[in-house]
Amino acid sequence: MKMQLKTLLAVTATAVAVSALGNLDQATTEAQSNQSGSDIPRTPTGKPDFNGIWQAMNSAYWDLEPHEARHGPMLALEAGAFLAVPPGMGVVEGGEIPYKDGMRARQVENKQNWLERDPVRECKLPGVPRATYMPYPFQIFQAPDATLITYQFAGADRIVHMDADVEAQVDSWMGTNNGSWDGDTLVIDVTGQIADTWFDRSGNYHSGWEMHVQERYTMIDANTIDYSATIDDPLTYERPWTINMKLYRHQDQNMELLEFKCVEFVEELRYGALRAPGSERGDGVTPIF
Amino acid sequence: MKKKNVLSAAIAGTILASAAMTLHVASAAEDYEAPLNEWGQPDLRGVYNFSSNTPMQRPRELGTQEFLTLEEVHARDERLAAEAAAGDGQSSQGGVGGYNQFWVEGAPEEANLRSSIIIYPEDGRMPARVEGAPIAFGGLGPDYNGERPVRVTVGGIAKDGPEDRGLSERCLLGFNSVPPFAPSMYNNNVQLFQNKDYAVIYNEMIHESRIVRLHDKEHIPEGIRQWTGDSIGWYEGDSLVVETKNFNNKTQTFYGTGDAGESKTLIEKFTRRSDSIVDYEFTVIDPDAYQDKIVGTFPLVATNEQIFEYACHEGNYGMYNILQGQRVEDGTWDRENNRVIGQ
Repeated sequence: MKMQLKTLLAVTATAVAVSALGNLDQATTEAQSNQSGSDIPRTPTGKPDFNGIWQAMNSAYWDLEPHEARHGPMLALEAGAFLAVPPGMGVVEGGEIPYKDGMRARQVENKQNWLERDPVRECKLPGVPRATYMPYPFQIFQAPDATLITYQFAGADRIVHMDADVEAQVDSWMGTNNGSWDGDTLVIDVTGQIADTWFDRSGNYHSGWEMHVQERYTMIDANTIDYSATIDDPLTYERPWTINMKLYRHQDQNMELLEFKCVEFVEELRYGALRAPGSERGDGVTPIF
Repeated sequence: MKKKNVLSAAIAGTILASAAMTLHVASAAEDYEAPLNEWGQPDLRGVYNFSSNTPMQRPRELGTQEFLTLEEVHARDERLAAEAAAGDGQSSQGGVGGYNQFWVEGAPEEANLRSSIIIYPEDGRMPARVEGAPIAFGGLGPDYNGERPVRVTVGGIAKDGPEDRGLSERCLLGFNSVPPFAPSMYNNNVQLFQNKDYAVIYNEMIHESRIVRLHDKEHIPEGIRQWTGDSIGWYEGDSLVVETKNFNNKTQTFYGTGDAGESKTLIEKFTRRSDSIVDYEFTVIDPDAYQDKIVGTFPLVATNEQIFEYACHEGNYGMYNILQGQRVEDGTWDRENNRVIGQ
């Protein structure tokens, strides 16, 4: 262990990495100790090792664009500060999403009716890239043939084909995902997404099938990924646009991706109006306070 | 490939996720050596189909006969196919009709010559239940008498609210992917992932990823219960062994019995038998449900096809139709205002 720490200190000069030292799990430390001139963990095949539990730490899930704090929707006023919208600098290169003429109005209307319309409210799969910056962790299982990314929210997941260029045969919520390497950057091309997902709680939207999302994951140290996603959807935007953010590794020793099957929590929302008169809510096990 | 569901929420995904299978079945070699992955583990990764014509329980007349000949398997499958064709597309409750043979996945006969999936108890039959253990069998027929929570996957006790329906109709668990997963009518596909510290058992049915911690000897705290439990694992020779506990008590232990909660332990074993087959073995132990353990096995057959997204909940129009249809039937639907009377 002493030897590992020495090696780690030798290759990790930045303050970020040093501050993370105390919390690095054994796997990460071992991986780093095997580095030669690089401060990122690598798989036995030499690729950057993205295996781990990650999460974004920003307000992109509220609004991708720069925004000041604002009231939550009228229906959520009783929730007070819980559903008030916190400010954010935005993650879109250049600030604004380049909607085509006349296409911005739908986003504004979505935003004004967010609580009623946001598909994620009903525990629907969030799509890509939104799944990445939801306020929930996700886990990457990396392998040369197929990489699985599984998200805590709604048990969303997507299989990234690393050894084949798979053409989308049908639209799906999390798209058809093909992975490749650009040097040390994991590139994932996502096509075939269904039009029913949004990008954030501010109603930013896309056309679905015609959209191509290209994600780029670049590990800048053992615990940080530089993440970007370029959205190309000529039906909706004037030109491709890109979001950038950091993804951070969960380092708590007991961190695991626990189950969050939110379906049971939205049944009243979806089906409550169809209950038989006098029918009790809930399954009788999980309490509803 | 996109199909609208008119039958059941069990097939309510926006995508028909049944992949056309290209099966590559090879006989097992005694001296087969499983390849290792880059971490030195037996390499189990890949997409597999676990369709099976083999019954869960052995026909009583076979006693302790574990295996059939290929001819006997062929005769059995021909008889089953004839029976299925005779009732093809008919509904158990009349009306618009039910599943036809289009939906039913077959299995390569040579892949499994066993006379039953259950191999212990020795007679290939379920052991005796513990007196007082909850019992419920759902199905596509009429609702059964029972109370919430509804633990069956298909069918239900009523149509007063969504909680009266089975877990697959609610899109909480797939009808063939409740651990241990078991062959069913369709969508019998699983993909296995491995890295240094984890394995993942990914059932295509309602996109269920079960994460197995290889670096951990302890389960999560007792107070945390999950639909698919908490899985830890380890390698024994060429096998991946997975132990799952911490199930919530809203599913059954196995085969219509039990409430899974505190007392169920599931042990699964994945062993590569050849380049094209991984043997799957499960052991269910629940002293509150069964008087003995249950051991079953069936082959996972490698395929070159891909897993599709089975987005069940998103397209669960079936649940709306089930509930609204029942409100119409029981006379509590206000047709003029399109809502339940009194709401």
